[in-house]
Amino acid sequence: MVRAALPGRLSWRAGTVSAVRQETPSARTLVLEIPDWPGHLPGQHLDLRLTAEDGYSAQRSYSIASDWSAASGQVEITIQRLDDGEVSPYLTDVVEPGDQIELRGPIGGWFVWRATQPAPVLLVAGGSGIVPLMAMIRDRGRRRARQPFRLIYSVRTPEDACFADELRRRVRDDPGLDVHFVYTRKTPDGWPTPPKRIDVATINSHGWPPDFAPDVFVCGPTSFVETAADILVALGHDPKKVRTERFGGA
Amino acid sequence: MPELDGNALAGDLAEVFAVEMTAARFTCGGCRHSGTVATLRVWTPAPGVVGRCPGCGDVLLRLVRTPRSVFVTLGTTRLELDV
Repeated sequence: MVRAALPGRLSWRAGTVSAVRQETPSARTLVLEIPDWPGHLPGQHLDLRLTAEDGYSAQRSYSIASDWSAASGQVEITIQRLDDGEVSPYLTDVVEPGDQIELRGPIGGWFVWRATQPAPVLLVAGGSGIVPLMAMIRDRGRRRARQPFRLIYSVRTPEDACFADELRRRVRDDPGLDVHFVYTRKTPDGWPTPPKRIDVATINSHGWPPDFAPDVFVCGPTSFVETAADILVALGHDPKKVRTERFGGA
Repeated sequence: MPELDGNALAGDLAEVFAVEMTAARFTCGGCRHSGTVATLRVWTPAPGVVGRCPGCGDVLLRLVRTPRSVFVTLGTTRLELDV
């Protein structure tokens, strides 16, 4: 019997920016049309390559923010502007609809959520680490999946929260989704606690008990990821169930 | 340089391996720490990429690209792959 052909080697292709959407003063979503995109799982990334006229090129990996449906055929990435970055200011400030971008993907198979996983899910996001977790929330919503989801989302200020309106709407409309914000520098008016970093009490109160054996996804800057993962393991979560992704960008 | 992890290697590894490599398990030859490739420590941008053991910091994987080849070094073994 002939073995099934290996999937085509991952190769670079051109995508076209079909729309842009400002999410916060410093984060922007690019909606991409990518010919022959095979679809993706929530949590996967794409690599993006910019090449200057002199041949210098810079490559970065960005998490995909959108869930995949063949009907829409679109792929969205949400980029946080880093002022000293080499690539992100171009993507947040310069790129406009109609521009072409060289990319490849989807990539990654470990930091992904599959709707066939029956366990409850805890998502812990630091800053722009929300992006791959948002793809999971959107995928769950589109499928009307039943697994209960909890999101703990740490941001500096209310203005820094990406997807805030959509999250509010989904908490209302997607049964079994809870969202808790942590504000590290400035809280909304009337917030019950002063600004603070994510801590044991937050994860204990707004996560799942370890007995529920949830699938846990933590994404954010390195120090955030290490703090959250250490707390989760100290609370008794199985380290094998705690998947982490350090969010770099530049 | 921002510190990343093995998730960031997914694209470069997918170019040369037929299976998804960030979900592969490694065992460090130095400290015997075991984990998934996604949890390796990675710093970018750099001329090549280096994956270090999160337990002891030993270099477990290196990947360097030239215009015609990719060099993948695992432990002391170097593979040269035409791309």
